Amino acid sequence: MAVQKLTIAKALNDSLRKALEEDPKVLIMGEDVGKLGGVFRITDGLQKDFGEERVIDTPLAESGIVGTAIGLALRGYRPVVEIQFDGFVFPAYDQIVTQLAKMHARSLGTIKMPVVIRIPYAGGIGAVEHHSESPETLFAHVPGLKVVSPSNASDAYWMLQQAILSDDPVIFFEPKRRYWDKGEVDFEAIPDALHGSRVARTGTDITLAAYGPMVKVCLEAAAAAAEEGKSVEVIDLRSMSPVDFDGIQASVEKTRRLVVVHEAPVFLGVGSEIAARITERCFYHLEAPVLRVGGYHAPYPPARLEDEYLPGLDRVLDAVDRSLAY
Amino acid sequence: MTVESTAARKPRRSGTKRPAGAASAAKPAAATAKTHDAEPQLVQLLTPEGVRVDVADNPDVAEFAPFVADITTDDLRGLYRDMVMTRRFDGEATALQRQGELGLWASLLGQEAAQIGSGRALRDDDYVFPTYREHGVAWCRGVDPTNLLGMFRGVNHGGWDPTTNNFHLYTIVIGSQTLHATGYAMGVAKDGADSAVIAYFGDGASSQGDVAEAFTFSAVYNSPVVFFCQNNQWAISEPTERQMRVPLYQRAQGFGFPGVRVDGNDVLACLAVTRWALERARRGEGPTLVEAFTYRMGAHTTSDDPTKYRRDEETAAWEAKDPILRLKAHLLATGGADEAYFEQLEVESEALGKRVREVVRSMPDPDTMAIFENVYADGHALVDEERAQFAAYLASFEGGE
Repeated sequence: MAVQKLTIAKALNDSLRKALEEDPKVLIMGEDVGKLGGVFRITDGLQKDFGEERVIDTPLAESGIVGTAIGLALRGYRPVVEIQFDGFVFPAYDQIVTQLAKMHARSLGTIKMPVVIRIPYAGGIGAVEHHSESPETLFAHVPGLKVVSPSNASDAYWMLQQAILSDDPVIFFEPKRRYWDKGEVDFEAIPDALHGSRVARTGTDITLAAYGPMVKVCLEAAAAAAEEGKSVEVIDLRSMSPVDFDGIQASVEKTRRLVVVHEAPVFLGVGSEIAARITERCFYHLEAPVLRVGGYHAPYPPARLEDEYLPGLDRVLDAVDRSLAY
Repeated sequence: MTVESTAARKPRRSGTKRPAGAASAAKPAAATAKTHDAEPQLVQLLTPEGVRVDVADNPDVAEFAPFVADITTDDLRGLYRDMVMTRRFDGEATALQRQGELGLWASLLGQEAAQIGSGRALRDDDYVFPTYREHGVAWCRGVDPTNLLGMFRGVNHGGWDPTTNNFHLYTIVIGSQTLHATGYAMGVAKDGADSAVIAYFGDGASSQGDVAEAFTFSAVYNSPVVFFCQNNQWAISEPTERQMRVPLYQRAQGFGFPGVRVDGNDVLACLAVTRWALERARRGEGPTLVEAFTYRMGAHTTSDDPTKYRRDEETAAWEAKDPILRLKAHLLATGGADEAYFEQLEVESEALGKRVREVVRSMPDPDTMAIFENVYADGHALVDEERAQFAAYLASFEGGE
C-alpha cells in the first residue's frame, strides 16, 4: 500500500528497515537498540531481522559510540547512531564537534562522513533530569554538521532516508513527545528536499516559524487565532542547519510579521539567528520586530514545572498579539 | 614476564603469512612487574650497547624473538636507514620552526625505534591511526615527509590522502583516534578481511576517556586493533606518575586483553612485539596494548621548555639508550655495515634535509576561497551564501587600491 497512517515512531522504524534493506553498509548502533529495540522502540525488531552485525548493541559509552562510528564510516560503512536521550549526547560532543564535523574539510574532501546521529529530544513527557533538553543550537553552530528535525510521520520517514543517504554527518533530532502522533506516509512520494522548509498552514496576517515538537503547538495556535479572525501562516522549518531563509523570507514578505517558536532557550537560539537574518533580508517589509518564543535561560526544570517552561498555546498567541499590536 | 592475557582464545580467522619460525599463539601469563617505580620489565632484543640478547637465557623474550628470526643484515641496515632519515627530517623540521618557517613542530627525537619498529611490522593493507608525532610511521607508510609539514606551516590540516597509504590524518585532540581505529577495525572484521589496524598514542593520552572507551569497544567486539602507546615519560610537563599508578601496559588486563611492555628504543624488539600483536589481531584474537617504553629527548612541541620540568640527569641517562647508536654499534660489531655505509647515509640524509627545507619554503599559501571548500560533501546554503559574499567583498578591492 503506497499510503499508510503511522505513528512517527513506526515511520522511523520503517525508514531504518528500508535503509538496512537497501544498503548492506548501513549499520544501526547504540545502547539497547538490539533486543530491546531502543528505549522508545524505534529500532524494534531490526536486530531480529538483520542480525547483531547490522544492528549493534554497544557498551554504555557515548563517545565510544560516535568515535567508533567515525572509524566505521572511514571503512566505508554508513552508521546510524542512536543516542538514548538528548542530555546524554554531551559525552560524545567532543567526537562530534572536533572529529566528525571536520573530517571532510581537513581531508580536503577526500573523506566522507555519512554518519547519522539520532537523538530523541525536547520535553513534554514528564521525564527526569537530562531527558528533556533541546541542544540543537549547539550542533547547528558547528560547521560541517547538518541538523534536522521532523514534525510528522511523513517527514520522519523521508527525512531519515535522506539523512542516511547524505554523505555529510546529520544530527537527527526526533521530537520524543510526538513519537505517538499519527500521520500519513506515502511510501512512493517524491519527498521534499531535506533542508527546505514547508508551509504547514497558509495565512496572511503573521508567520509562525517552528520545527519539531513546536509545529503542532503552532498549528493549534493558528487554529485558535483563526477563531479570532486572525490568519496565521505556519512554517515547519524542518532543518536547523542549513535554515531555509528563502522560504521564511517568502512568507514574511507576504505576512510582514514573524514569530519564531522553539523549546530551546531563546538566548542565542535558532530563533535569534532567524530574527537577525530576516531583519536583514526583510527590513522594509516588516511591520513589527521579529519575536521569539522559547525556553528560558535556566536549566530544564523538574517535570512538574515543564508546562510553564515549554511554549504552549497561550505564550504563542501572546506573541502573535504583541506582533500584531505594532 | 611481561605478557598478560585474560582474553579467551579464538580459532584462527584465516591463515596468514608469518615469519619463519614464528611462535604460535602467545601463552597467557601473569605479570611480575610489581610497582610503578620498579625497574621496568622490557622485551628487549638489542641492548643499549648493541648486543643481541641471548634468547636462550631470557624466557621473557623467547616468545617474541621468533617474530624477527627472518630479519637479515640487509633488513637491519634498512631499519637503521629509516631511523636516520626520520631523525634528519625531524631535526630539519625543528630547525625550520626556529627559523619561523613552521608555526609549531612536535619532534619525535628519541622515539625513532618505537615508530620504525612498529611501522615496519605493518602490511600495506593494515591501517594506521596516528597522533601528531608519528613522522617515523608516516615514513614507513610511504607518505612524503614534506606532506607532514603543511599543517605545521599552516597551509592545511593534513596534506595527504589517507587512503593512498592507509595512514590516517594526524589527530591533535588527544586519544580521539583510538576510537576511530577501533571502529575501523570493527569494519575490517565485518568485511572478513585479515588486515589489522594500529592506533598510536602517548602515555598522557592513556588518561583520556576515549582511550578507555576504545579499549572497551575493541575488547567487547574482539576487534583486530593494536594499541601502540609510546610512553615517552612526559605529557608536556606532566610525568607518568601524574597519569597512572600502575605500569601502563598492565591496564590492558582490566579490559581483558594482553598488554606488553617493550623497550621502545630497541627497533628490533618493537618490530617483533608489534608483529606478534598484529598476528594476534589477524587471527581474530582481538586487541593488544603495546607499551613502547621510550623517551622524548626534545620538547613536547617547540612551544615548551623541558628544562623547566625535568632534570638533565634523566635526559642524559636516556641518551645512553639512543636507538640509533645501539643499532649502529651492533652493525659495526657484527660487520653488518662499515664506515663507508654510514658516510653514504649521511650524504643521503643531508639531501633529504635540503629537500625538506626547499619544499617548506616554497609551499604556497592556500587559495583564499579554500576557507569555504569541503565544509560539506553535499553543499550547504549558508556556506554558499557566505562564499558569495566574501567573493564579492574581495572583488570590491580590484583596481581600487
